Order: sequence, then C-alpha cells, then structure tokens
Amino acid sequence: MTQLLMEARQVDFTYPNGPHAVRSVSLAASPAMLLAVIGANGSGKSTLIRMLAGLLRPSAGEILLHGKSLDTWEPRLRAREIAYVPQTMTMVFPFRVIEVVLTGRTPHLDTFQIEQRSDYDKALEALEMVGAAHLADRPFTTLSGGERQMVILARALAQEPRLLLLDEPSASLDLKHRAALIRTLAGLRSSRNLSAIMITHDLQLTGTFFDRILALRCGEVAAQGTPEEVLRSELLAEIYDEPAVRAQRVGSQTLVWLDQ
Amino acid sequence: MSLVGSVSSTNEHATQPVLFRLTRAVVILSLVLAASVALALLVGRQHIDFSRLSSDEFDRTLFFRLRLPRVAMGLLIGASLSASGAALQALFRNPLADPFTLGVSGGGTLGASIAIAAGWSARVAGVPLVFLASFAGALLALMLVRSIARTGAVIVPGALLLSGVVLNLISGAAVLTIQYVTDPNSALQILRWMIGSLDVVGFAEIWRMLIFLIPAWIGLLWFSQSLHLLAMDHDTAATLGVNVRRCETAVHLLCAVMIGVSVAVGGAIGFVGLLVPHAVRLMFGEDLRIVLPGSLLLGAAVLVLADLLGRTVLSSGELPVGAVTGLLGGPGFLWLLRRRQRYSAL
Repeated sequence: MTQLLMEARQVDFTYPNGPHAVRSVSLAASPAMLLAVIGANGSGKSTLIRMLAGLLRPSAGEILLHGKSLDTWEPRLRAREIAYVPQTMTMVFPFRVIEVVLTGRTPHLDTFQIEQRSDYDKALEALEMVGAAHLADRPFTTLSGGERQMVILARALAQEPRLLLLDEPSASLDLKHRAALIRTLAGLRSSRNLSAIMITHDLQLTGTFFDRILALRCGEVAAQGTPEEVLRSELLAEIYDEPAVRAQRVGSQTLVWLDQ
Repeated sequence: MSLVGSVSSTNEHATQPVLFRLTRAVVILSLVLAASVALALLVGRQHIDFSRLSSDEFDRTLFFRLRLPRVAMGLLIGASLSASGAALQALFRNPLADPFTLGVSGGGTLGASIAIAAGWSARVAGVPLVFLASFAGALLALMLVRSIARTGAVIVPGALLLSGVVLNLISGAAVLTIQYVTDPNSALQILRWMIGSLDVVGFAEIWRMLIFLIPAWIGLLWFSQSLHLLAMDHDTAATLGVNVRRCETAVHLLCAVMIGVSVAVGGAIGFVGLLVPHAVRLMFGEDLRIVLPGSLLLGAAVLVLADLLGRTVLSSGELPVGAVTGLLGGPGFLWLLRRRQRYSAL
C-alpha cells in the first residue's frame, strides 16, 4: 500500500460568527499525485487549502502529513514538506524578485544561516522553470498580477517541497504561462515525485492533467474521483448550480462548455 | 529545466550574497558612527583641550562626566529607536510605522509622567520605577494600537497610523492634565520628557540602560530572519516555518523595552525610528537582516549628530534633541507620504 503524503479526515472549519465554511471534508494525496479542487465561488476551496497549509486550524477533524498530525510538526520541518502558493501577495516594501524567491530556501537553513551560492542557484533555477528569470532584479511591487503569480510559484518551487498547495494559481496567468505551470507540475511529478493540490476553475485543465478531482459545494464534498468520474454534465450542473453546463470525454481530454 | 524560453542573465547586484552585503553595510555604517562619535566628542560649546585631559580637572570633568555620557546616551537611544522602528515597520508591514507615529513613545511618556508625578523614585531590584512605568506604557500603547487596527487577521495600515495619532493625542492630553495637577517641580521634569533631551551627568544611567538595551538588541537581531519574512507577508512567513505569534509577541516586548527605556531617559524623540530604517533601505536594500543592524548603527550616528546640532546651532543656549529631530524629521515624514507609488499599501 502506498504511504499517503497528506490526509484530511472529516475536517470542519467555521469562521468566527460565520456559518460552516468547510464541513466534514476528507481527502488523501499520495506521492506524485495531482489533485484538483473545484467548486463555485465561496464553496470553501481556499479555506480547505489554508487548513492543509497549516494557516487555519480545523474546528473538527484532523489533517495528517506523513501520518503525523499537521499541528505536531515543527514549522520549519513542515515547510520542507509543504509549499503554499496563495492567490496573490500584496507586498509593501519593494523587495527584489530574487529576494522573494530566495525566502523559499529558508526552511533548509539553520536559524542564523545565510543563503549560500547553491541557494541562489536553486532560486534562479526555480525562476527559470516558471519563465521569470528575467524578472530577478525587478522590485516585486512593480510586477503585474501574472508576473507576481509566477514569482510566488518560483518561491514555492525553490522550497523543494514534496507537496505543493496552490490556490487558483492560473487565474491571472496568460495561456503561455498557464501551459508552463502545468508542464512544470507534470515535470516535477516525474522527476521529483512532487504532489500538488490545486484549486482551479479551469475544468478543461483538470480533465487533461490531473489524477483526481475533489468537488466542493457549500463547504461539503459534492464529488471525488478521477476526471472521468467527476467531470460529468449532471454532476457539474449540481456543483456549480448551473443546469446549462455540459461535459464530454473526447479521447484523453474532457470538453466542458455551456449549452446555449 | 527551463519550460519557457525566456531566461536571461540577472544583474550581479541581485545575486550578491547577503553576507557580503551585510558585511559591507556594517563596515560602512560603523565608520559613519565612529566618525559621528569622534565629531560629537571633539565639538561643543565649551572647548576641551584634549592634551590636558589628564592634568586639568575642569576639562576632565567636562569630557568624562558630561560630554562622553551625553554622546553615549545619544548613541544608545538613537540605536534603540531606529532598530525598533525598523522592526515595527516590518512587523506591521507599514513603512510609516515607528515608535512615535504608532503612539508607543506617547504611551511611554505617559507611563513615565505618572511615575514622576507619583514620586516613584524607588527601584525594584535595582530597576528605576520610571523605567518600568515607561515600559508598561509603551507596551500597553503597542498592544492597544495593534488591537484597534486589527480586523480579523489583517492590520489595516490607515487605521494603524490613525490610532497611533489619536493615542499620541490622548497621551499628550493626559500628560498635560498630570502636569496641571502635580507640583511645579514634577511638572518641569515632565516637560523635559515631553521635548526629549539627552542631558545626563555621569555613567550611572548609561549602565542601567545597557543592562536592558543590549539583551533587547541581541533579541531583536535574533528575530531578523523571521522579520525579513514577516515584512513580505504573514502567510508566507507562516508557511516558511516562522512561528508568527511567538515572533510578534517577542518583537512587541523587545520594542517596548527599547522604547520604554529610551523614553524614560531621553523623552519622546520623534522621527529617528521612522527615517533611519528608510535611509538604510535606500543604501543597502530591503533585507531585514541588513536593515536591522544597519538601523542600530545609523540610528546611533544620526542621534549623536542631531544632538551635536542641538548643542551648537544656537549662539545662546541649547536646542533639545527632540526639537532637532522633529524639525528635520517632520518634513522627511511628509516626503515619505508623497512616495505612495513606492509604498502602495499605505
């Protein structure tokens, strides 16, 4: 039996004075697995990812990393296993891009250790992977939304984690960089056994590149399975509360469209 | 592995190792500090003949009892206010945060004023009660301003500064009230605190300050890596292994110690903590592992020089150092405000 990388068991989350954002969600990610999380806006996707990243503590249930509760991991060691890519990052001080990406090396350094030449090389390699090496010396505050996204992704790659948690990273990327993102993830899955749990609204993408899909609706699991199992017209219509949505498997791809 | 073919070589400056940049900054700023201290020791309203220091009692007293302690005091307070300014800017991710704008100095002044008016000249385990009252006031102000500006997990930058301003006004009004109801002698002492002055005789006060400040400086430098990450983004810092809550609590306490002690001794000296970290950033970049030690050194130099200016600029009498930093720093603050395109999240 394959050892699970990350597992969520019946996790709940409620914001103060708010309704349940996530209710009784379970998922499992094994090494080299690409898992997509889909669902309508406000369905609890970001809350779930933030819980998996350790930024929010579940109000019920538990999250395990390598079979050990996420809470009990020493933060630095946990950061060597998991990297988190937020939707965007607002920065106040004009840090240069290379400085931002270099912070991804922090979990691999001791308290007073300063980045070595090899860390710079890894940061530059990560920037090259996402096609943003030309931005290295630019202040992060001067970048466009898409460029920022690439830099945040490069920082996560420089972290060399086993699991990437991505909160809708392709939203502000153009077609070229969206393709680069997916190819990078697929490449790292083959070369480094990297796993990824990624929130996305790009259903076409999920049908082609992902191993499994978790669909959320109003904070609860509406469906979970392979793309063929989840990307079906009737299920998608229920998940998005939109009867006109259609899906059809064509070869190894799934076409998704809205019926007129 | 390059998946998109847009790789170009990067500017060498971008990949200069942090250690090299840190060493360069520390060497340059140490020289600046040494030169400032030398100048401040050499120049003054009273001429000191350094060749007669060992033989002339007057020159010796003037130098060792007045000028040297005063310069040392400027150095300690300047370093502490600037380093805490750099730390608070990083922690709150706000380039306009400093002990003065956040109302922390005001809180410290109020604490010290209460202690003076109540006649608390006693010490607890050797620590003057004025120190403790000022520390408590500074810590309370810091916690208050943070809790007011916090909405959920987000600290609203505008609310932070506005609550700092209001806290300063309240502290000022409370101090005025205390001055009004207390005896004239205490009122005069409080007035001195409010303006900010480095008048000191002998080294007793300096030693007492060092006991608190040196551990606080070391503590703050200990957290420089974490503050570097927090200055970018709190979520990022948390997912990169920073224990955010522990770091925030520690930095609050360390800043309150540094500001509390500085205010208890020298009064509320404004704008040093705001402008010095920016000057270090302009010279050596944004990395907090450089900005923090750089602010310690440059802050010390700046306050020593500001006091020198205060001591010598008028033909009769002295200008308190708080007035000098206020007059020079105020326009600097406004200049920073105008640079909104650089600091977009103000």
